[in-house]
Amino acid sequence: MRSLLTAALTRDEAIELLDIAEDMDQIHDRDQKKLPALRGRTVVNLFFEDSTRTRSSFEIAGKWLSADVINVSGKGSSVSKGEDLRDTVTTIAAMGVDGVVVRHGSSGAPALVASWIPQVVVNAGDGTHEHPTQALLDAFALRRRIHGAASRGKGLDGVRVAIAGDVLHSRVARSNALLLPALGAEVTIVAPPSMLPPGIETWRAAHTTDLDAVVDARPDAIMMLRVQLERQTGAFVPSAAEYVGGWSLSPERFARLGGETLVMHPGPMNRGLEISSVAADAAASLVLEQVRAGVSVRMAVLYRLLAGRTDS
Amino acid sequence: MTLIVRGARILGGSAADLTIEDGTITAIGTASASADATVVDADGLVALPGLVDLHTHLREPGFEQSETVATGVRAAAAGGFTAVFAMANTRPVADTVAVVEQVAELGRRAGLAYVQPIGAVTVGLAGERLADLGMMARSAARVRVFSDDGHCVHDAQLMRRALEYVAPFDGVIAQHAQEPTLTVGAQMHESALSGELGLAGWPAVAESAIVARDVLLAEATGGRLHVCHVSTGETVEVLRWAKARGIRVTAEVTPHHLVLTEQEVRGYDARFKVNPPLRAASDVDALRAALADGTIDVVATDHAPHPVEAKQAAWADAAMGMVGLETALAVVQEAMVDTGLLDWEGVARVLSTTPARIGRLATQGQGIVVGAPAHLALLDPSGATSIETHHLHGTSTNSPFLGRSLPGRVVHTIYDGRPTVSDGVVA
Repeated sequence: MRSLLTAALTRDEAIELLDIAEDMDQIHDRDQKKLPALRGRTVVNLFFEDSTRTRSSFEIAGKWLSADVINVSGKGSSVSKGEDLRDTVTTIAAMGVDGVVVRHGSSGAPALVASWIPQVVVNAGDGTHEHPTQALLDAFALRRRIHGAASRGKGLDGVRVAIAGDVLHSRVARSNALLLPALGAEVTIVAPPSMLPPGIETWRAAHTTDLDAVVDARPDAIMMLRVQLERQTGAFVPSAAEYVGGWSLSPERFARLGGETLVMHPGPMNRGLEISSVAADAAASLVLEQVRAGVSVRMAVLYRLLAGRTDS
Repeated sequence: MTLIVRGARILGGSAADLTIEDGTITAIGTASASADATVVDADGLVALPGLVDLHTHLREPGFEQSETVATGVRAAAAGGFTAVFAMANTRPVADTVAVVEQVAELGRRAGLAYVQPIGAVTVGLAGERLADLGMMARSAARVRVFSDDGHCVHDAQLMRRALEYVAPFDGVIAQHAQEPTLTVGAQMHESALSGELGLAGWPAVAESAIVARDVLLAEATGGRLHVCHVSTGETVEVLRWAKARGIRVTAEVTPHHLVLTEQEVRGYDARFKVNPPLRAASDVDALRAALADGTIDVVATDHAPHPVEAKQAAWADAAMGMVGLETALAVVQEAMVDTGLLDWEGVARVLSTTPARIGRLATQGQGIVVGAPAHLALLDPSGATSIETHHLHGTSTNSPFLGRSLPGRVVHTIYDGRPTVSDGVVA
């Protein structure tokens, strides 16, 4: 594996990364949060799209591994001065960096970047395509909550996960729909009919428009996606009230889940829209564990791709 | 001046010598060598009438970094074309007599092929009010084809008026059929693949819905409609219905839509980004069948040059379009001739005779007969060529066929009795 561009990993590849993340995760409980693994390596976080949590998470992951981490954001850089993507990327690559973490508003941009430069490229979210480290951290947090200290080596066999919301525009949903089934999970996609992607019947997941039926089936976990009701392309549902009525994890639906179903959200949350506060803040909520897992998983990815890599 | 083309297989049939005097074919048979005649050795080559492209973007005036009339006609000649219809989306837009006459004059000066300007349907391609259609028709540029290509004439009332207005001078409205409200931000064919790649889908119905409306408007007005770059099987069905009804509609397909599918989009290489988008394999099959049975009348290149930087970008940021003049005949050979769907006579029909007739260009597309203007493409259909940038003669190199092997090659092109390409070298 030279780069991480997609969550379409084999079961063995995914479990290897999750197991490395288990090792990395212990660092959270230490006072001295520094491992020497990537000393002398340089990682550039190249963010063409605004991001706080993903960029911070990658930055912390790199720093805890002793890599030199540089952040380049879209605003105030050559990126906003009209320099083209290839020039920006090849310029940074020519400075001798070892890895580039790319977030871009256009689907496929990290794949192009990886075709232009020889360095390690990590996809930190591309348009409405994929967000592989998000799927890995979701899998990690789930596995941790289910298997606890015995997580190592395990998949998510038979774990029933519902992914609900604006799947059409969600890179989180796409990556999870690739990774979770590879780990043995049974995934159900639930969305308003206008927010189901074309070809959903070809995914390794069931799909429905009926959130109530999904709730009543009491899945092991339900992942609520952030919804953006007004898009450039117009409204996909008639109103916020319609969305809440049909597809929100409302207090009433949360109560019907019965308390065992784990509640997930990639953040940032629109409280009161796709998720109610009572669900987000419940004991069954994995939201903050997902954030913590984000650092561990990104450490694992950087370590796996950059440690011991011969200079070439 | 006398030119003798020796031993060419006329439309792929029996070999004959063509005698050309002062730009006209004067004899077909066995020519005796006269001392002052220039002889073109065409032994074993297939002779087609000079190709006519109903849909070319020459980019001048305004976008000379992409293409000029002079470089565009070099590309045309290299591909066996002797006439191109130049699309109106220049800067300024070809919506006035001044611009269409300028483009025609640039074509005359370039000299390697006939350049027939297309006029815009609406002022500035803005889709709000009709351009000076009648004045462009009566100008020295003799415009008969009107198109807002790149933009759909979306307003039904405007489309109706345009069809009505051009009828008296036998004009035709060449529609870029794309319902804009269904394609906001669209990036590729809407399909399972667009869902997987996370690219906004361009539904097939965005094309067929406009074509369905337009054929009904053509029927209601008696006007003449031409559908640009048909890309879907659904559109083919609408056209079949309209033609059976006797509606005055013609249609074109591009070479790339005859061989490439949406699968090329995997990898996000923007050389494959085009409007309309590459479609499914089933659409390719439907388009080939429609071209073979005449539902689609012609092949037109939609030659759309763009500079490197416009294509070396993230998919959503990259420009749409492909160059196609040099490779059109080879692609048609691969898709239609080598598959047995068309013979060379059929190729002459879809790439020369019919496009000239749709565009009302009397000096082109008359075939290879005594008395016809001497426009010829002579090709060697054997062998194959791996397409490299040196095979492209325009300013831009945004070909989807680079690195791909295509059959046959244009050996000579003769325009108005003069060789514009000799042994593959552009004059």
